[in-house]
Amino acid sequence: MSDVNIIIDGIEVKAKAGKTILDAALENNIYIPNLCHHPELVPTGTCRMCLVEVEGISSVVVACKTIVRQGMSVSTESPLINSTRRATLELLHINHKQDCTNCKKNGICKLQEVTAFVGVNEGRLKLLRKNKPHVPPDKSNPFFKLDHDKCILCGICIRTCNEIQGVDALQFAYRGYHTIVSAFLNQTIKDSVCESCGECVVRCPVGALVPKHTSMPSREVSSVCPYCGVGCGILLGVRGDKITSVTGIKESPVNKGRLCVKGRYGYEWVNHSERLKKPLIKKGENFVESSWDEALTLIAEKLSKYKGESFATFSSAKCTNEDNYIIQKFTRAGMLTNNIDHCARLCHAPSVAGLAQSFGSGAMTNTIGELGKAGCIFAIGTNTTESHPVIALEVKSAKKNGSKIIVANPREIDLCKFADIWLQHKPGTDVPLLMGICKAIINNGLEDEEFINSRCEGYSEFKESLKEYDLKNVEKITGVPAGKIKEAAKVYASMGPSSIIYAMGITQHTHGTDNVLAISNLAMLTGNIGKKSSGVNPLRGQNNVQGACDMGALPNFFPGYQKVLEETVIKKFESAWECKLSNKTGITLTEIIDAIDRKKVKALYLVGENSLLSEPDANHVKEALKKLEFFVAQDVFLSETACLADVVLPAASFAEKDGTFTNTERRIQRVRKALNPIGESKPDWLITCMIAQKMGIKGFEFSGAKEIFDEISKLTPSYKGVSYERIDKTGLQWPVYDKTHKGTPVLHKEKFLTSNGLGRFAKLKYRPPAEIPDKEYPLLLTTERSLYHYHTGTMSRRVDGLNVLNSEELVEINPTDAEKYRLKDGDKVSVESRRGRVNAVIKTTKKCPKGVISMSFHFFESPTNVITNPAIDPVAKIPELKVAAVRIQKT
Amino acid sequence: MLVMKEKLDIILSSFSGEGRELIPVLQKIQEEMGYLSPEAMLYAAEFLKIPPSNVFGVASFYEQFRFSPVGKKIVMVCQGTACHVKGAEKVMNEISRHIGIKEGQTREDMEYTLKGVACIGCCALAPCITINDDVHGRLTPKLIEKIFIKKPVNKKTNE
Ligand code: SF4
Ligand code: SF4
Ligand code: SF4
Ligand code: FES
Ligand code: FES
Repeated sequence: MSDVNIIIDGIEVKAKAGKTILDAALENNIYIPNLCHHPELVPTGTCRMCLVEVEGISSVVVACKTIVRQGMSVSTESPLINSTRRATLELLHINHKQDCTNCKKNGICKLQEVTAFVGVNEGRLKLLRKNKPHVPPDKSNPFFKLDHDKCILCGICIRTCNEIQGVDALQFAYRGYHTIVSAFLNQTIKDSVCESCGECVVRCPVGALVPKHTSMPSREVSSVCPYCGVGCGILLGVRGDKITSVTGIKESPVNKGRLCVKGRYGYEWVNHSERLKKPLIKKGENFVESSWDEALTLIAEKLSKYKGESFATFSSAKCTNEDNYIIQKFTRAGMLTNNIDHCARLCHAPSVAGLAQSFGSGAMTNTIGELGKAGCIFAIGTNTTESHPVIALEVKSAKKNGSKIIVANPREIDLCKFADIWLQHKPGTDVPLLMGICKAIINNGLEDEEFINSRCEGYSEFKESLKEYDLKNVEKITGVPAGKIKEAAKVYASMGPSSIIYAMGITQHTHGTDNVLAISNLAMLTGNIGKKSSGVNPLRGQNNVQGACDMGALPNFFPGYQKVLEETVIKKFESAWECKLSNKTGITLTEIIDAIDRKKVKALYLVGENSLLSEPDANHVKEALKKLEFFVAQDVFLSETACLADVVLPAASFAEKDGTFTNTERRIQRVRKALNPIGESKPDWLITCMIAQKMGIKGFEFSGAKEIFDEISKLTPSYKGVSYERIDKTGLQWPVYDKTHKGTPVLHKEKFLTSNGLGRFAKLKYRPPAEIPDKEYPLLLTTERSLYHYHTGTMSRRVDGLNVLNSEELVEINPTDAEKYRLKDGDKVSVESRRGRVNAVIKTTKKCPKGVISMSFHFFESPTNVITNPAIDPVAKIPELKVAAVRIQKT
Repeated sequence: MLVMKEKLDIILSSFSGEGRELIPVLQKIQEEMGYLSPEAMLYAAEFLKIPPSNVFGVASFYEQFRFSPVGKKIVMVCQGTACHVKGAEKVMNEISRHIGIKEGQTREDMEYTLKGVACIGCCALAPCITINDDVHGRLTPKLIEKIFIKKPVNKKTNE
């Protein structure tokens, strides 16, 4: 935009056209007092502090809402302005609890700042100061409190919750003197729809909304959130040897300063008393603390006996790239097997397999930040608000910018509130739904012929296979009216750029890979790939699940998805690692459990996974693990699974080591050491290196994470151009081809990464889920996640406040079903499948369709995965965690 | 719950579901149901596509809206200056004794709600009260008894 010249207090300054007087002044370092202004929010002009006079206009105007005009002359002070400001300010003061010395905002409070500038007459204030009817503070939320007696009613919290968070938990209520910031019905914040993100707390200009536990840090270290795959940039505030605050990094292109409740407040686990501090060796039934040397000697001696196919490793998507690289190197070069896998098998293995088949690369094709500019966002099989909270904010802001939102989900998830079209298909009917949409697109001639002809192959076979999916039939299978499918098809195909986001609702099926292929079909059909704000975007779960895959913690790939079966690749790694490598593909996580059960695999090295809660049919897993001859676990806590181990090694947390995480949009970001390792714990990579060295294996003499990363970038083509120096501030998105390449925000721009550069259409057949409800097990169980916990809860369950917000496993059930089974909220029930049973508590909700119940898997007390179905997808070997037949009974 | 939903469907059938209808919608609900229940406000929020917090914010701004149910007979005891001088407090206590609830409460059988209010503009009749739309003035304990005491039940005729 062009600039305009304006005069402020006689000084000529430049301002961008469209800016307000207040913005222009502040940008030019001219202070105008303001309270209700916030740079990220729409101005409302409520506080009247920013009054200014504009030459030629008779009355004063509010600077925060008045747009600059060329030649405008503004005075920021005059007798009238000053006296009005002072009077308004004094009104605020007489209602404000004087408590500065005690206040968390002392020194950064805007009321103090404005008062210092405007000045008030303390004598008069003394006379005027009313005892405002005291409203008790709302301390219900475990992480922050609202002190009404300090609130200046600027409305910033209300606008934040509306504009940034899209939750609308707060509003002004009552009138005049009694006006307060209030939730619906004047409920406590905890009982309201508030998601505890703390965005309002960050923005409150005074001491009204303040965090309860965080205190001012003595130093801050920039790092990456350890919870989910969004990979928000955070500043870890440290005091002594404790983390005391977490702040979102404004400059991070990922989160732009925003965080969800886990990222902002869920850090207590790092300093938790239950952290493992010394190695443990099982003697008899019990663990006994040992020295590192004793533990390492024992491990080295034992593992030396199991080199080759009788050994397997579970690596971890929580660990850094450096950790994962070392762990897979140890497994391959040290233990001479490709039997390594990690929990990606349980979430996005179908994405890796399916997208590799269609496009040649299994990752998010586009960037999180591009979502805001999409013409249409199609969210299928993702409860984004709960599982990828900060990405959900992008979807909500896209909606505000006029994008069309299509949601496909059997449950009425939060995003449905923002959706233009909601396709409520039956669980497990994604393939017919997506193929139906493709069919409707072709019927209406909305396909992108040019793109199909020049960039893709297999189109005619694909088109032929669509015959099966006439919309009547699709309606019957999916339960979605044909009209809605047509409407969705039209919006997706014609409102582009259209971006698809999806997650485990797509992948955790026995037809997970087919689901992914169906999504690729849809994107290619309309040319919605290879350009900005479009694409196929699997939202990855764990903080570093993308990185763990990139690093080759997979049985069939070396780092950078280089195939373990390719002769040249094997040669390359043999010469780099100076060893002989196995030329056999390893087995997957689910297969490893079976192999352990059949005593084929006899020794297991488990890093940071909690398989007893994360794997389907958990009882079977437990029985299998007991058959191991030697089992080493390495974790920050003694997890349910680690309890079964022979030796447990204490690992340092993300806050205690250097390294990198790669987020869901392929951005490689720096993780930095903020604390010394707790107790005698050590970074995972170092532990693995120590084991290797003890066993006399060469190639593990690293001095630090940086040296490991240098080796990674040498051997991994997509990481070739990345170095710690280059990602010091902002991460880079792979592939980064060389030291000057700027990374790749959008994949597949000119051609696909397949061998011939063409995208491949897939013809698909509908296969129903492996287990469907019947007489004996009449309900369909689907699993999901809660905003307040993460995965098996090893970290989040050790944060008191998160347990307050979500304390037990809830079985969500439709009210009609509840009535049928005579159940009401709070009833204790047992949920039983062919594999076992778990106990949980009933919560009725219309969000669950009839015949479907839903549970999470965060609670060791209610291990949901005891009852889920281990039936696997034939290609990706992912278990069908989203569909199981169950029955329910009051206990 | 279902009954409530159907009732609200009927009440709101004359509205088109636009945000600006909020106040008339709330008025209509109160007219039909006597007060604004949480369920009714949530329903209105969904119907008008307004966040529930906004519905409550607006409703709580206006004196006219009530958030709890009221009895069939709303008894308002004037506590203005004139009535105060003439013994409004005593009147309140007497009534309270007769109908068995305290100021601000509603009787369980939904027969009475008792409220103290500012001057109701009949100072000449002080001390005075209103029961729904009727004014009763120059109250004495006798009079109060007459107004509130139940007719003695004639057991014989009952048999
Ligand atoms: S914490 Fe977040 S969701 Fe809760 S009121 Fe504040 S902005 Fe809204
Ligand atoms: S709580 Fe803070 S942000 Fe909200 S209105 Fe009051 S002073 Fe403003
Ligand atoms: S969205 Fe994910 S990465 Fe961001 S703060 Fe929340 S848990 Fe952390
Ligand atoms: S800052 Fe302009 S009115 Fe509050
Ligand atoms: S004081 Fe009671 S009617 Fe005026």
